[in-house]
Amino acid sequence: MSDPARNPETQGAAGGASPSMRHESAPLHVSGSAVYIDDLPEPRGLLHVVPGLSTKAHARLVSVDLDAVRAVPGVVCVLTAADIPGENQVSPVGRQDEPLLAEGEVSFYGQPIFAVVAETRGIARRAARLARIIYEERPAVLTIAQAREAGSALVWRPLVMSRGDVEAGLAAAPRRLSGQVTVGGQEHFYLEGQAALAQPGEAGEMQLWSSTQHPTETQHMVAHCLAVPSSLVTVEVRRMGGAFGGKETQANTPACLAALAAHRIGRAAKIRLDRDDDMLMTGKRHDFVVEYDVGFDDEGRILAVDMVLAARCGWSADLSGPVVDRALFHADNAYFYPDVRLRGEPLKTNTQSNTAYRGFGGPQGIVAAERVIEEIAFATGLDPLDVRLRNVYGTGTRNVTPYHMTVEDSISADIMTQLALTCEYRKRRQALREANRSSPYIRRGIALTPVKFGISFTATHYNQAGALVHVYTDGSVQVNHGGTEMGQGLHTKMVQIVLREFGLREEKVRITATTTGKVPNTSATAASSGADLNGMAVLDAVHKIKARLVKFAAEQWNVSERSVQFLPEGVQVGGQCIAFQDLTKAAYYARVSLSANGFYKTPKISWNAETGRGRPFYYFAYGAACAEVAVDLLTGENRIERVDILHDAGLSLNPAIDIGQIEGGFVQGAGWLTMEELVWDEAGHLRTHAPSTYKIPACSDRPRIFNVALLEGAPNREATIFRSKAVGEPPFVHGVAVLHAISDALASLTAYQTCPRLDAPATPEQILRTAQRLRQQAAH
Amino acid sequence: MRHSIRFYLGSVRHEISGVSPTTTVLDWLRDACRRTGTKEGCNEGDCGACAVLVVRLEGEQLVWRAVNACIQFLWMLDGAQIFTVEDLRSPDGALHPVQQAMVDQHGSQCGFCTPGFVMSMVAYCKTPGASMAEGAINDALAGNLCRCTGYAPIVRAMKQVLATPETAQGIQAEQALAESIKTRLKTLQGDQTAEIAGAEGRITLPASADALAAAYLAAPDATLVAGATDVGLWVTKGLRALPHLIGIGQVPDLRRIEHTPEGLWLGAGVTWAEARPALAALLPDAGEVIRRIGSTQVRNAGTVCGNIGNGSPIGDGPPVLIAAGAVLRLRRGDTRRSLPLEEYFLAYGKQDRQPGEFIEAVVIPVPHPATVFRAYKVSKRFDQDISAVLGAFAFIPDGEGRITRARIAFGGMAATPKRARAAEAALEGQFWTEATLHAAQTALQAEFAPISDMRSSAWYRQTVAGNLLTRLFAETGPHSAGTETRLAGWKGEAYV
Repeated sequence: MSDPARNPETQGAAGGASPSMRHESAPLHVSGSAVYIDDLPEPRGLLHVVPGLSTKAHARLVSVDLDAVRAVPGVVCVLTAADIPGENQVSPVGRQDEPLLAEGEVSFYGQPIFAVVAETRGIARRAARLARIIYEERPAVLTIAQAREAGSALVWRPLVMSRGDVEAGLAAAPRRLSGQVTVGGQEHFYLEGQAALAQPGEAGEMQLWSSTQHPTETQHMVAHCLAVPSSLVTVEVRRMGGAFGGKETQANTPACLAALAAHRIGRAAKIRLDRDDDMLMTGKRHDFVVEYDVGFDDEGRILAVDMVLAARCGWSADLSGPVVDRALFHADNAYFYPDVRLRGEPLKTNTQSNTAYRGFGGPQGIVAAERVIEEIAFATGLDPLDVRLRNVYGTGTRNVTPYHMTVEDSISADIMTQLALTCEYRKRRQALREANRSSPYIRRGIALTPVKFGISFTATHYNQAGALVHVYTDGSVQVNHGGTEMGQGLHTKMVQIVLREFGLREEKVRITATTTGKVPNTSATAASSGADLNGMAVLDAVHKIKARLVKFAAEQWNVSERSVQFLPEGVQVGGQCIAFQDLTKAAYYARVSLSANGFYKTPKISWNAETGRGRPFYYFAYGAACAEVAVDLLTGENRIERVDILHDAGLSLNPAIDIGQIEGGFVQGAGWLTMEELVWDEAGHLRTHAPSTYKIPACSDRPRIFNVALLEGAPNREATIFRSKAVGEPPFVHGVAVLHAISDALASLTAYQTCPRLDAPATPEQILRTAQRLRQQAAH
Repeated sequence: MRHSIRFYLGSVRHEISGVSPTTTVLDWLRDACRRTGTKEGCNEGDCGACAVLVVRLEGEQLVWRAVNACIQFLWMLDGAQIFTVEDLRSPDGALHPVQQAMVDQHGSQCGFCTPGFVMSMVAYCKTPGASMAEGAINDALAGNLCRCTGYAPIVRAMKQVLATPETAQGIQAEQALAESIKTRLKTLQGDQTAEIAGAEGRITLPASADALAAAYLAAPDATLVAGATDVGLWVTKGLRALPHLIGIGQVPDLRRIEHTPEGLWLGAGVTWAEARPALAALLPDAGEVIRRIGSTQVRNAGTVCGNIGNGSPIGDGPPVLIAAGAVLRLRRGDTRRSLPLEEYFLAYGKQDRQPGEFIEAVVIPVPHPATVFRAYKVSKRFDQDISAVLGAFAFIPDGEGRITRARIAFGGMAATPKRARAAEAALEGQFWTEATLHAAQTALQAEFAPISDMRSSAWYRQTVAGNLLTRLFAETGPHSAGTETRLAGWKGEAYV
């Protein structure tokens, strides 16, 4: 990391379409003056809202006695379902299966039953614990196994993808094996917990400041709960302190509770969840059990794949349908399956309603795909990298996905080959195997895994965006768009687009908070699509204003429109250079509109879930990672010793920000597959509900040697914003290399004869159990 | 007697009477001062988003330490200088070098953890001997969680700061600041016991151990608080009212670290950070364990004796100290007694301590030169995690190589920190062979019945406890040379 050649600043200049501008809020971040919801000046008479949560996983509510709660001095009121003027419903997908406050029954441990509204947050927290609730417990279904055994309902239609004849393909294959892989869930652990501030206005208006990735949906939910039209509700968010999918739908409940309190009392109301409440209430990444049956030949070529992908969805649908769908969309990762059938099983359970999380099911599907590769490698004795290279999508042939989309630009083999060379994968693999023979306690492993990630919302209508750009008469510019800033640098990239198009300096362009009052009917900032969609909308708005200015300048100074150019030194109009602010002022006096909205919708895409066919993705983002780990066979402890990543960001909009997404995504992905473990007890109580018990990677868990490079000279083949590629989710998948490197280290216990079948998360305990099983297998 | 607390926030002196015993520094900063740069991420001292700098005068030296404001009570700032992220910019508005480096290296993404990181980084810069070694930087930042960056750019920023020589102007400004802090802090010094009473309860800040003994005898139901790294959570998570707190963290005669004829004396007010160099010098492996107790911020507040006093079965201090043969010094009024540390832990939640009695110190005997000492902490995450199992081992080989005076203690294996007496007996008088190892492992399996919880299963605890004996054998047995027995550390791990 000390190598200056790897400094993003210097690296950026080489590959990127744009320079590595620092985050637009960086000086505010570092000085503590960047404002988050709880930092906003508090309106006079502000009330504080704290939810009261169920302590049973599944029960009928016999009685809810809140007298003691109400009796606490400083408690203003206690809200229950009966206080909701509109719908007691926050299902984001219209399923009507997610009451805001429980009514009659509770369906998971942590479900909000009531909400205390008090003069201080401390009073509300203490009062909330005084509720006397009598439950009549019902059988709770907690795990995937229990759900299957109990014949639990599905929260969504189970998607089936198929191509060819999988039964025939499996039967005809020279070799065949089957197995099962378990993949754990993951808590988002955004550092800023869920928060919202609601301020009532006149005539039923409600203004919200919410830490939400989806202001429009939050607006709709609040409007439905309050039984007012959406036009009365405005939702604003300047930035979130992290989100990762956890504030796509999960921000709605806190926002609705704050709005309900403000509506009921007529005073501003704020909710800021305590970390433990946040972790108990909100959904997480889905854990999966995937059963696979694969046919292949002696050269390791896959002939047929049959998979069932079962997910713990929790008590309501939320986004589980599309999440499980996306697991299927990525159960091929980068590999061609000649005959294939993929089936989803979105199971209802009495746990938190699992939701969006960076990758949206895709990483779970990829873990399954890579297990299949690993199985074949051990069965054939081949290097897993060779099995990967033999099965990647081809160009021209072997290029159709299980959902009948043609892969037009498969570059997985090139990326893996290039990375294997630069990081000396094969030489190191050989050396580690030698060294392991004489090391009884510490073993090392290495793995190189690819990612191919589909970019676009699979809900086609989500692939649209709006922007609003104002140019003021002093030449300063304000940019608004429908996307939200959660740390990913979206706002920075949007500013860069404006700077480049108008030829301005940074201080001239101000990006403002995202608000439903400026850009309506937006999509969630999710699916890695933020820059792709909003960037094109911003560009559209800027182009409209530029066209007007060009037309005006051409007429004013009697030159051709083609001779008007926006340059860093000013606007070139024929032979003269005019300051941008002089041009805009002149245009104003000539009554030229200096404000425009922009709009974009992604071309080419379509998807039919009924037939399992279409082109759900505009394009794919690619990459590969090579990880080397050390494993302690006595304790299962492990360390990531080296990681090399080569990632495809197209022509990067901002190489420094994109490398930040890759580094951060990798560490988050590695955390998911190693130390991050969600543990529920038999009563369905999540016992890992705080950072004291739920461990995300700390500083020393990052790879000791960490080389990240962007693929150079690889413009997006599709006409995206400046030919860049989305970069939010794909690098998360690079963590898979760590799981496989640990597995490789464990395989040394059987002299590399047996696939370790290491499940995730590979905690020290999971590793030790796997090691014990492998030793027993080796002994037989 | 004083009836207020006094401290400096930035350059402003605060004198507060009637403060609630349980108001935290974080809530006071955010709610009363509107200093919202300090963030609440977890409210339990695990994420570091609320890190602030506390400066104290130790003799003539200023000691700068980062602490977690969420689990520090406001009254604990008595006599201190505190800085928050808002204090870092220079008067002309220029960013502090740490802030500038974080900007330059793209060290912030969502920005929420950033102020906490910045404060920990500034504290590290103020640490004598702060090095560029990545291991030392990791230790300095282990108590700050970031979910966005993967830490790499933050470490790059830290290195940028350390690699950039300070300007003469900068050094001058630092010295001027140090002088004014010293001047301020001297105005807060005094030898009076303070008693602060308010609507929500009272706080006693004894000026001496004698005053503490008298106060606690008079009010045995009061809660003793040293660093509040445990008691803080009773309030922020347990929402407990604590009507009478006695603060012992700044009692001068409890802050002694001394080499006495009985051994290393660590007074009840000595923090882990302060104790580590002396303990590491006696027992290097104890130093390695301490490096992983909590985080820098937690070790800057939490005390060795507090870790004993709360009686937790999973505290890392007790098993290490038990294996080292530590002796606890207790005092009630003017009556003092000593007992071997292991005898203090009677049962889960029950310790051998009388009403009005307090821990005055723990004394660690100087080990015999031939002593073999090892301590192994095993947790889900390497840094800042509570142990699934902690095993500590000591023995002295006699002239022929037979094991004598074996002491083995485990954390996480029983309802209290506990000696493995059967395993010790299996080792005693034996040559250190594989047969001895297996005998000790068999004995160990029979004497513990650990529980399963969210950290690990009983099976894992039991298996690992036995495997730690294997590691001990691998490291100290006859064939120990050249075998890798532990995961390698980061380069230059040493920072406290």
